Amino acid sequence: MPELTENTKELRIVGFLCNWCSYGGADTAGVGRFIQPTDLRIIRLPCSGRVNPLFIIKALMSGADGVLVSGCHPRDCHYAEGNFYARRRLEVFKHLLPVLGIDRRRFEYTWVSASEGPRWQKVVTDFTAQIHALGPAKFFADAPELDFLKAGEGVMQP
Amino acid sequence: MAIHEQLKKIILDTLPGVECVIGWGPGQDALHGSPVFMRKPEDVDSFMDTPLGAFGAVNNLALFLPELSGKKVGVVVKGCDSRSIVQLVAEKLIKREEVVIIGFPCEGAADLTKIEKALPEGREAGEVTGAAIVGETLKLSLGSEEISLGLADIKADKCTRCKTPGAVISDAFAGIAGKAPEVRDEYADLAALEAMSLDERFKFWEREMSRCIRCYACRNACPLCVCRDHCVAGSRSPHWITQTDSTRDKLMFQIIHATHLAGRCTGCGECQRACPAGIPVLLLKRTFNRGVAEIFGYDAGMDTEATPPLLTFQVEEAHIKEREWQ
Repeated sequence: MPELTENTKELRIVGFLCNWCSYGGADTAGVGRFIQPTDLRIIRLPCSGRVNPLFIIKALMSGADGVLVSGCHPRDCHYAEGNFYARRRLEVFKHLLPVLGIDRRRFEYTWVSASEGPRWQKVVTDFTAQIHALGPAKFFADAPELDFLKAGEGVMQP
Repeated sequence: MAIHEQLKKIILDTLPGVECVIGWGPGQDALHGSPVFMRKPEDVDSFMDTPLGAFGAVNNLALFLPELSGKKVGVVVKGCDSRSIVQLVAEKLIKREEVVIIGFPCEGAADLTKIEKALPEGREAGEVTGAAIVGETLKLSLGSEEISLGLADIKADKCTRCKTPGAVISDAFAGIAGKAPEVRDEYADLAALEAMSLDERFKFWEREMSRCIRCYACRNACPLCVCRDHCVAGSRSPHWITQTDSTRDKLMFQIIHATHLAGRCTGCGECQRACPAGIPVLLLKRTFNRGVAEIFGYDAGMDTEATPPLLTFQVEEAHIKEREWQ
């Protein structure tokens, strides 16, 4: 197992996990008391097919440093085909990040089944190490204060 | 007979069987045109009655078709516009039998932004009093001044990579469709962006999007943006974008637009043409177009029977290599 980043600042990683496999897998890892980095915040969804690619970019633009999507293995989807659609969408979506100036390694998707506690531990550890190697993400600025407001000119009086 | 005369004849023949025929007519000045909805034979007189003629037929008239669905309408199309219709039919957003498609051999359309940039310092498109196309040049008069511009320099970028100058599908065609040119889209515009570092690209979008005034002209000009009043950009729940004037929210909207067009966009460029701030918003859509072409070998708007790649799947994907966590 790669060394856990104990003494570095915790980063914000958002995980979108399907209820049936990966969330169960994360639970299995927890029940088995496998040591994992604590940077990941998990959001439970019914299926990886529920993952709107906009969730990923919204998270990244709102301050997340990395996003991980995990679902049932292909052919094992609880809803039979949700992850097949997810795979296509997420794979296409990957192309957008570098064009925006976001490192494409900040987003990964994978499949972890409910029984795969050790695999979950591996995925979380590797992905967290990957995000730590990249460091905190850049952040699109908030709205700048308008120049004329700064100067106090042109402000309509009530 | 000139192409636009032939088109007028076809429109007159089409009119009795349809609600209206959509074409291009005169606009607010010599350079601009605007869509015309021809219902009566006398309306046809204004068709392409502009100094720029077919070269000034910039609007993608497929835009109006989803809203007119249920009525039989005719529409005059450039090659790129016909691809939007093909995609709308493929996605069952319009019915093929409700549209009469009138094609013509397009020789490229103008980019009015390029023309405006070519005008002398401080002059605006609205000051152009006269325009005429003579051979391969466009002659403009601004009062007493005369300017001539090469047509190749003021053509829209999309025309340089066009592989469908004639309509992909049509019910009537004016003139003779030329052979489809052997053009490969090399995505040179994206390559130029990707020559920058990630940080520079990030700054590029911050700078470009800071000009956005959130007029949503890009969305309203997009023939494949069919949600209209139900766009998620206006939704409070989920609240995808806020009302604040931040580049983050402006960019977020462009990402929503591009994502909703992934595997659907035909690259007609109407979003970018409509942008009053000149933001290169088509780049984001072309990012997905390139990705979809790489993974699925799919080009939107070429086949009414094709299923868009994101509406289907294969159990074993031939061109998706997933990451191994070894």
